Amino acid sequence: MSARPPIVVILTVALAGSVLLRGQIHRAALAAELEPVVYVRSGETLRRFSLGYEGLLADFYWTRAVQYFGRERLAGNSRFERLDALLRATVALDPHLLIAYRFGAIFLAEKPPAGAGRPDEALALIRRGIGANPGYWRLWQDLGFIYYWDLRDYRHAALAFEAGSRQPGAGVWMKTLAASVAAQGGELDTSRLLWTEVLREAGNDTIRRGALEHLGAIKAAQDITRINRALDLFCQQRGHPASQLKDLVQAGILAEQPTDPSGVPYVLGLDGKAALGPGSRINLDLAR
Amino acid sequence: MSRIIPIAVHTFKESVREKVLYSLVLFAILLMAAGILFGTISVGVNEIVLINLGLTAISVFGLLIAIFIGISLVWKELERRTIYNVLSRPVARWEFIIGKYLGLALTLLVNTAMMTAAFYIVLWWEMGRLGAGDLAPLEAIYFILLELALVVGLALLFSTISTPVLSAIFSFSLYLVGNLLDDLRDFGERSGSAAVGLLARGLALILPDFGAFSAISQAAHGQMIPAYRVLSNSLYALLYVTVLVSAAILIFEERELQ
Amino acid sequence: MWAVETSALTKDYRAGFWRNRSQRALDRLDLTIEPGEIFGLLGPNGAGKTTTLKLLLRLIFPTSGHATVLGRPVSDLRSHARIGYLPENPSFYDHLTAAEFMQYAGWLAGLDSRTRRLRTGELLDRVGLAASAGLAVRKFSKGMVQRLGIAQALVHDPELLILDEPMSGLDPLGRRQVRDLILELRRQGKTFLFSTHILSDAETLCDRMAILDRGRLRGSGSLREILGAASSATELILENPQPAALDALAHFTTAAVRTGDRVRLEIAAEADLPTVLRTALDADARIVALNPIKLSLEDYFVARLGSRENASGPIADKSSVQAPKAEAARR
Repeated sequence: MSARPPIVVILTVALAGSVLLRGQIHRAALAAELEPVVYVRSGETLRRFSLGYEGLLADFYWTRAVQYFGRERLAGNSRFERLDALLRATVALDPHLLIAYRFGAIFLAEKPPAGAGRPDEALALIRRGIGANPGYWRLWQDLGFIYYWDLRDYRHAALAFEAGSRQPGAGVWMKTLAASVAAQGGELDTSRLLWTEVLREAGNDTIRRGALEHLGAIKAAQDITRINRALDLFCQQRGHPASQLKDLVQAGILAEQPTDPSGVPYVLGLDGKAALGPGSRINLDLAR
Repeated sequence: MSRIIPIAVHTFKESVREKVLYSLVLFAILLMAAGILFGTISVGVNEIVLINLGLTAISVFGLLIAIFIGISLVWKELERRTIYNVLSRPVARWEFIIGKYLGLALTLLVNTAMMTAAFYIVLWWEMGRLGAGDLAPLEAIYFILLELALVVGLALLFSTISTPVLSAIFSFSLYLVGNLLDDLRDFGERSGSAAVGLLARGLALILPDFGAFSAISQAAHGQMIPAYRVLSNSLYALLYVTVLVSAAILIFEERELQ
Repeated sequence: MWAVETSALTKDYRAGFWRNRSQRALDRLDLTIEPGEIFGLLGPNGAGKTTTLKLLLRLIFPTSGHATVLGRPVSDLRSHARIGYLPENPSFYDHLTAAEFMQYAGWLAGLDSRTRRLRTGELLDRVGLAASAGLAVRKFSKGMVQRLGIAQALVHDPELLILDEPMSGLDPLGRRQVRDLILELRRQGKTFLFSTHILSDAETLCDRMAILDRGRLRGSGSLREILGAASSATELILENPQPAALDALAHFTTAAVRTGDRVRLEIAAEADLPTVLRTALDADARIVALNPIKLSLEDYFVARLGSRENASGPIADKSSVQAPKAEAARR
């Protein structure tokens, strides 16, 4: 009598059992937050034991960081606790992996839910990057950016842009930006300069979209200021406030019905000031 | 002197017949091709990843081949008694050892060349262009070859003394330690005992310095290696291989062929 | 100039787990082999034959003593160009074909590519492997391996051939062919040193031989010299002799064996023969045969070396009849 049928049955049962069990173990691990993210105590130790293959290992950790970031964002999780550790491991293995510094800093600095909202960690990362790659002007640009946007430290931002402008290959606008920040840090025009540059060299959709959103918000904010000035002018001329924005057009103060960058026309708010129209996709917070 | 050539050619032909060789090379090539996918799950590191992965594959698989074939280079001839065919001829023992070494070195050269070709094909496919700026990996590959030359020497040396399993363990261990010599030296300097310190520092000078040959990460960032480093590494490799092969010859000269 | 000369050649091995005990595999061997002769090295297993051959080829090193081969000390590898070696149980590179292996052997021996090709074809044909020239050695039978072994020993047309058990693994036809080959090559002036434990081969081929036992030389020289005076004995076979006849002959007989209705008597002294014959005839004994005893090497081995594995066939029961001389002495 052949031993085949019983052995096939045993094999199938065992395989099924192991698959089910694996699923269980995995779910339990997720629940207990024992995610299979490799945690690193010391980047230096890791580097030492890479036996000359630290470049590849760095790429591996960078990929982990990117995936971790993406996963947490999708889950709506705005804590990103392990991001800093992963990024530090990455740059410990490859101090010249510039993209890890740059994107990493963005991921860390951006306010939740887009990022971890930890500008101080982002600063530390960029500084580390500058330490390993002092001649790379873009890192100075990023440093200035964090100081400007996330910490509102316009003095240090100006210094960073200034230092960056002196590095080989620096964009000419860095000097302009440095001056501008020094003179009018916080002004919308300066901010627009900054974000325009970010948009121009954005190598990635996420960043491009973010820059566009910021620029849109800045434009909207500037538009609103302009419209409010127009409203004031109308009031001065006619002696009474306008009842709707169309009046400004009729009065010749505005050339046409103003619309925000998302295509939605501005409206006159109840407080007598210009506001975003309903359905606008602009988020004015991003202007600040 | 000219007996070295037939032995080297014979060793080369024999190594090239090893099926494991082909499996490893094929696997390395597949891995490189898979590197293209790697770039899609990460961000902004396409070319860097391809180069890192490709060069790491060339290094790791070269290492595996060097050790796998190297450890039985001499042992197999002794064990199977085919050595009588050679040493009953007017062939000196040192000619035998050098012939074996050169045969395996040639095998590795050919393998590495194949994998390098595959690497550049994958790189060209993915990046759409190949130019003078893509020469940096070649320098890293040269360093890998120097490393492999050392490993072959090690494996050959152990092959004259011990069985393949032990030789493999020793060779791997020395490769590992050879990458950690800086730590060994630091340990020696920070150690409380003067004797331990001296031993550790001495070992760090004598053991093969594999760490000096790592240039993969630099190649991935397109950095060329300074000429003095290329020269000094080449010289070091030459000297150390001489040490290893000479040691193997010394041992083999005393060996009685039962 | 001797083809081979050894002088007090000794080999000790270190034995035991701690390598502290010494085992003497060869003890002060003195040997000379003349050019153009076929010299046999005989002895039971473990006698030191293979050790001697390996020492001559510098595959192992002597503990003391010297040896020269073709006029040069053993340490001079140049003589290897003129020596062909066939090891015991030869093994070749499995992955090569017979022809490829022969070419490699020729290359190692220093032959140029044309000569290699020629000699390969010639020799494989000579040893009967022409049809298998393209076959991988891995697929060879033991007999084929042995033939290939002989071919590779000859590839560079050496003066001296050192063969360890050359007949091993060959069928009777193969052994005859090898024997003929050796004789033919000797006619061309080659010298042969081979070890064997097949005594009949040694008897028919060797001009001279040396007998080793447990590392020591027990005898050397021609067959005649080794077997010595003992070969002058005679055997007398009687059919159904009367006891009286046997008694009468007892004085001259050194051994007597009864097999069925025949009794075989050994008469040691040739001078006694006439008396023995007359006595036998007088006693009306039926004489079946009267032959000189050719003492064989086998007998020599059994007697001198006391090794059971060298005798073949039933051991004659020599104790069934009392030693007659002793009996007579007692009377």
